[in-house]
This record gives sequence, C-alpha cells and structure tokens, in this order.
Amino acid sequence: MTRLNARIPEGPVASKWTAYKSASRLVNPNNKRKLDIIVVGTGLAGASAAASLGELGYRVKVFCYQDSPRRAHSIAAQGGINAAKNYPNDGDSAYRLFYDTIKGGDYRAREANVYRLAEVSNQIIDLCVAQGVPFAREYGGLLANRSFGGAQVSRTFYARGQTGQQLLLGAYSALSRQIALGNVTLFNRRDVLDTVLVEGRARGIITRNLVTGEIERHAAHAVVLASGGYGNVFFLSTNAMGSNVTPAWSAYKKGAMFANPSFTQIHPTCIPVHGDTQSKLTLMSESLRNDGRIWVPKKVKDVEKLRNQSIKPADIPEEDRDYYLERRYPAFGNLVPRDVASRAAKERCDAGFGVGRTGVAVFLDFADAIKRKGHDTIDALYGNLFQMYEQIVAENPYETPMMIYPAVHYTMGGLWVDYELMTTIQGLFAIGECNFSDHGANRLGASALMQGLADGYFVLPYTIGNYLSTEIHTPRFDTSSSEFTIAAQAVTDRLQQIKNCGGKESVDHYHRRLGKIMWEYCGMARNDAGLTEALYQLTELRHEYSRGVRIPGGLDEYNPELEKACRVADFIELGELMVRDAQQRRESCGGHFREEFQTSEGEALRNDDKFAFVAAWEYKGREVSANLHREELQFNEIKLSQRSYK
Amino acid sequence: MKFTLKIWRQENAKAKGEMISYDVAGISPDSSFFEMLDTLNQNLVMTGGDPVAFDHDCREGICGTCSLYINGRPHGPVKGVTTCQLHMRSFTDGDTIHIEPWRAKAFPVVRDLIVDRSAFDKIIQAGGYVSVNTGGVPDANTIPVPREKSEAAMDAAACIGCGACVAACSNASAMLFIGAKISHLALLPQGEVEAAKRVQKMVASLDELGFGNCSNTYACEAECPKGISVSNIARMNRQFIGAKLFAEKEKIVRDSL
Repeated sequence: MTRLNARIPEGPVASKWTAYKSASRLVNPNNKRKLDIIVVGTGLAGASAAASLGELGYRVKVFCYQDSPRRAHSIAAQGGINAAKNYPNDGDSAYRLFYDTIKGGDYRAREANVYRLAEVSNQIIDLCVAQGVPFAREYGGLLANRSFGGAQVSRTFYARGQTGQQLLLGAYSALSRQIALGNVTLFNRRDVLDTVLVEGRARGIITRNLVTGEIERHAAHAVVLASGGYGNVFFLSTNAMGSNVTPAWSAYKKGAMFANPSFTQIHPTCIPVHGDTQSKLTLMSESLRNDGRIWVPKKVKDVEKLRNQSIKPADIPEEDRDYYLERRYPAFGNLVPRDVASRAAKERCDAGFGVGRTGVAVFLDFADAIKRKGHDTIDALYGNLFQMYEQIVAENPYETPMMIYPAVHYTMGGLWVDYELMTTIQGLFAIGECNFSDHGANRLGASALMQGLADGYFVLPYTIGNYLSTEIHTPRFDTSSSEFTIAAQAVTDRLQQIKNCGGKESVDHYHRRLGKIMWEYCGMARNDAGLTEALYQLTELRHEYSRGVRIPGGLDEYNPELEKACRVADFIELGELMVRDAQQRRESCGGHFREEFQTSEGEALRNDDKFAFVAAWEYKGREVSANLHREELQFNEIKLSQRSYK
Repeated sequence: MKFTLKIWRQENAKAKGEMISYDVAGISPDSSFFEMLDTLNQNLVMTGGDPVAFDHDCREGICGTCSLYINGRPHGPVKGVTTCQLHMRSFTDGDTIHIEPWRAKAFPVVRDLIVDRSAFDKIIQAGGYVSVNTGGVPDANTIPVPREKSEAAMDAAACIGCGACVAACSNASAMLFIGAKISHLALLPQGEVEAAKRVQKMVASLDELGFGNCSNTYACEAECPKGISVSNIARMNRQFIGAKLFAEKEKIVRDSL
C-alpha cells in the first residue's frame, strides 16, 4: 500500500493550493524551450493544457484522432459550467462548491483536489470571457447564471445549449494561436497506441497515422493524457463514436494504476433506443427536468394499450398516472440527482410499466408546464431541445410527452493521479475525464467542463513545471533507442495479429455483445451473482474476439475497421476490470448501486467504515487478476452523511 | 425500407475515383443515415468487401465531422440538420441515393467520402482568436457586453466547421466560415482590439489555401446546417474595407512624421 502517495500538501484545505504554488519549483524561460511535452487529446482538458503549456514556452506536440482538434467530444456538452463567482449574491463560495461536489460524489473523492477545483473555477470564467466565449448575458450586459441539476445556488454559466462547444472553441482558438506561433505542433488523425517508458519514466508514445497507417514514434520529457472517458465500453452511450480508452489503457498496462473503473454515470434524460441497428444515444439536457414531469402508467393494461397504439398518453387520466419521482422523493421530485432518477426509471421499466414500442422508456411530460407558463415561455427555454427531439423521434413534444430513458454518459473512474495530476508512472500525467480525481462516485451537472478546464489551464501548467524542473539537464530523446523500437514493434505485431486472426465476425458484432454484458450486469444496478456471470462471459468474449474478428483492408492504409478493432480489444479488457472493481466494492455509492446494499426504502447504502477509499488497480498481466491498492480518503472538512432527497 | 446507393469510391488522394452501386434492405425508417451506412458496411465486411470510408463522430450534429453530399446537397435534403441527424424516414422506400464527398480544391479527398479539411484549421490559425494568454485577465464582469451583441456573436459562433458552405458554393468559397468567425469576435469588445489585423490576416489566408471568391449566390446560407447568416459575410466585408482604410491612414500618418 506504500506505493500510493497522493502527495497532498500540508495545511488547511483552503490554503493547500496557495502553499503548493509558493513552494513548487520553477523552470526558467530559457530552459522551457528545451523541454518537450506530449499532450494526447484535444478536448477541453487537452486543448487548454496544450495551449497554456505552449504559452509558457515549452515545446508541445498535441495529438488527436479526429481530423481537427475542434471536434473532440467536449464539444457536445450542452448544459453549462459551474463556478463559485457568487454573481447572483445567493450565498455561493468556493467552500460551498467544494462541499456540494464532495457530497454529490457521495464522499468518494479526495478533499484537497476538489477544493482546488472549486478555488480555480472563477479564473476559468474570467479567461473564457477574455477569449471571447459568448456566454449568456443579462440585459445590463453582465453574465447570466442558472441553477442546474438541483443545486441550491445559481452558479452555472452557459452559452445556450452549446456550452461545451463554445468553451472548446475558445480553447481551440488559444491552441490554434500557439500552433501558428510554432510553440505547438499538431498531429491530427492519429491513434495513440502505446506509452513508452525509459528507465521507469514516461518518455514518449507510439502512434498510428490513420490515413497512411504508418507507425510513428514521438519522444518528450513528459506525457500528458487527456484522452477522455470510456463510456463506449457499453457500446451504446452518449460518447462520440471514436471515443476510446486506448491511450489510458496502454498506460495502465505499462504501470499507471486505474482507479475506480466501475464508477460510471448513467444520465436519466436520453432519447430511448429505437432498435437493433442503433449506433449511439443522444442526450437531452438535464434542464428539461426543471419543467417536465416524469411518469409511467399505473395500470399494466394502459401500458399494453399504449404499445398497440389504441390510446394516446393524453388519454390516461391523472389518477392512473404514476409520477414516481414525485411519489418517492417529495422534497426534490423530478430534480433528484442523476443516479437516483436513472435507477427509478429502470425500476419502473423492469416492473413492466415502461412505455414506447420497446417498453424501455418513461414519459417526460410538459403539458402542465405549458399550461402554467405558456407555450412561448417553454419555447424560449427549451425550443432547440424540442426541435432536436422531434428531428430524431418524429414526435412533437408540445403535443405528446417526450419519451426518455437513461444512457451511459460519463465515467468518473480513470487513471489514478496524485495531487499534481501525475499517475503512478513518473512523468505521465492524466487530466480531464481521463483521470479519476474530482467527481467521486457521481458527477454533478456542469462540473465536467469545469474540471477539464481547471486541469488544463490552471493546475497542470503549475504541477508539470514542478516535475520538469528536475529534467532540465535531460537532453532531447532519440526515438531510435531500444525502448522505442521495442514498443513500436509490439504495436505492429499487435496490429498484425488482429488483422490476421482470420475470423468471420465484424468488430461491431463483438462490441455490441460487450455492451450488452456491461449494461446488463455492470450498469445501473449490480449484484454479486450478476458480476460473477459477467466476468465469465467477458473472459469467453475476450477469447472469442481474439480469433473471431474479421478485418478487411491492409495495415498501411486508411482502415476504420482496424482502428475499431484495437479499441474494442481494450474495451473488453477494461470491462473485466470494471466488473472486478464493482464486485469488490460491497457498498452502494453514487452511480455504483449494489442491490445487496440498500436501505429498506431502496436507497443506496454506503459503508464508510470499510469503503471510504479509492480503489486503484495495478496491471499484472493478461491472464492474471489485477492487484488492488487502496488510497484511504480522509475527510477533515466535511462530515460524512447519508444523501437524502426525500 | 430498401435503397439503391450510388457511392463515390476512391482508394486514396491520388487514385481515380468512381461511383459504385450498392443495394441495402431491411432499413428501419427510424435509422439515421449513418446507421444505414453502418448496415451496408457490416454487409461488406461479412461478404469480404471493402467498407465505405466516411467521416463521422458525435452523431448528434455538433462536432462537424460528417460531410456527405447527398443527392446533390451537402448534408442531404432536410434543412438545418447535419448528415448524422438525417433519418431514413426522410427518404422514400426504394429510392436511389447518390452519395459523394465534399468537392472543393481546398478539401482534397483522403479516401472514398472523406476529405481533408485542415485548410479550415489553417484559417483559424491565421487569426481566429483573441490574443490573450492563460492567467492575468480581468474579472469576467468587468467586460459588459450588450445582450443583443452577445446573442449575435453566439449566432455566428454556432458554426461547426463542417465545410458544407464550401461544398455548396459554386466557387468553393469559405466566406461564410470565415465571416462567422470574424463576426463572432468583432461583435465582442474582447475581439475588437485586434479586429483590423485579424480580418486582413484571415482573408489573406483564403487565397493561399485555394478557396474561391464569393459571388453572392447565398448557397452557403441555404445549406448551412446551423443556419449561419450571410449577413456575417457583409460584416466581414465592412471590417475588411475598414481595416484597409485604417491601414492606409496609419501609413500616411507614419510617412508624415
């Protein structure tokens, strides 16, 4: 257990970051030019980090699989970004944002990191405004705020329903400026397939040029992974089609520990699955729950009539509707946190009250809100979302209730990092959704954008300097060294092996099967027997996959099936680790719900005595179980309590 | 539903391409256009064929990766949506659908339906930013912005950089793309400081990158999936002329000193 040291600075939580910054070592400007940094990923975390490091004078190489850095999936975030500005004068503060984040994460995040996140949140807003991000404004010209995800203060800044897009374009523009200045070099359409270690330190990566198929070697004094989350392990998720765990997984296999892999967030308001050929899921902003009422029929015969279309939702009288969130949680009603709302929807559908053709959906009804507030007000608030829904489902939400169902949306787990955002490999950093650090077992709305930008703009540029200050005498690396040659050869061998396995099924065939196993046994509700079954099925799947997949085309050309094949191979292995993690955590917390551990009312039951720790897994080999390391969580500022939304 | 697809196939940038015909059947009307192409590709993989390469990522209309020219229109027949949000119910059972890549000198074909749009990144690198560094900026509320201006800036900033405007234009002009970025920044006080320099640098990059000129056909606006208005081109033109005059005036002042 000695290997895990979070290196949290001494002192009271509110002054730790200041103390750290004052004591950390610096690199002088002349030396910065001699130091190379690799950044993998160009989402909010990667783009902001690459831009900021370029501005400081380091030589940065940035990589993305997309054709342009502007397309990273942060762009799809809708709702907003939190900050403790307290502009509305409603009593917000860094401490409150810190408190809410720890509590929302169900007490499974590290206090020191979360406090720092809350502390730098205000600087993010200042910087984004200076970059020209067009946040929503009041008539007086100052910034507008809204309350989000049931928060008691209005601390969310937003740009219509496209906050992620606007923040990412801000970071992308800063990055573009550094590219033009020559401080950052961009490598687009690249898959990062391995991390290279020299004498135990991260010194580079192996990439595949997706257009030419060339295997390339890149060296640097430090490597930063900002490769996002792994929600696509479920096949269907709100992630982009290309989102993958491969860079993080390659680091895991080289010795970076992977923390809390089973902590995934299932978002309650997504558009339900339409059928077998579905390729991805679309999120509807959580803000809809501010005015929409969620219900299913009380009577099974109404469910049947809806399914054979002999009645419409509006034909069901008020007394025959079950507004189950309002019934179960009178205090918070439809605004309970994401994990609670998701599980409640599953419970009703599993009990046979689900609506829609598939029976796997619930209603989100705006009829009352339209009556109360008027058509125009609802249109102003949600017009673009209603349009999007109609475009996808071909039903008008003004006339008939929306249908929604939970979908995988975000992964709180990720590479274990210390206070400096460094993994258990020296010189390898992980930022944004790629790391595990700030959201505990459940992420609050509008906190992902905050964390990505906090890490990239305001945390990593300081902490990486502290590491690199010891590297100024290290000359630039030669990529013809044996370490790079061995790593590049291993990547080539692996690709060849996948290509030549001579199977008959497509990659998607296996990916869908993987998704089904994960969703069934390691999704919204988990239990010991199911997890054991999942582990068995995943081992089978892994073996079948290694000899059953068919890849057309060659290695040295544009080959999307080959790209997918590498990603899915890693997802299958990750799935096994997620299941193991879910199995060892014999408690329910946040997004992790173990059916054996619930209150008599069906609510999550934590076990703080035994499980107030971060589970960090160390890779031991393909056929050997990973080793579990525990980082005990200390709560000095906040008293642990049961979340209650009744 | 079933369809006959006529798809542009081209092995790489240098190869000669051609239209190839494929049949797909058993498509749900609720399928997206890409799910229909997924089905085609699955069939091709299973029968030893070569799947069709196309660009796609978020599949929710915001990343701007997708780029198909469908039956002669960028992003297909429905106004205001990207290809990834197009559903097969917008077509008739038995239709023949022509699918081609963006056609523009500045966007060379990479493979099949995929083109290289890095020219758009280069335009932004030429000046599509406010020159501020991380840190050392004033409190956000010390820069008030009239709500109307902020809303207009947001209208322009909604561009997803897909390139439909270029594909739709008979001159392959990038005026709507660049006009949107210049407007977004020029409408805000933060961007005003270097507005004159920005417009000159960005416009200069257009010629270098091989984009054509604007001849006011408004095809770009008609095909833009995000409804970006051509008024942004007019604003850019005003900015450009203003910047030219400003530069000349500056020169006269300098010369007289």
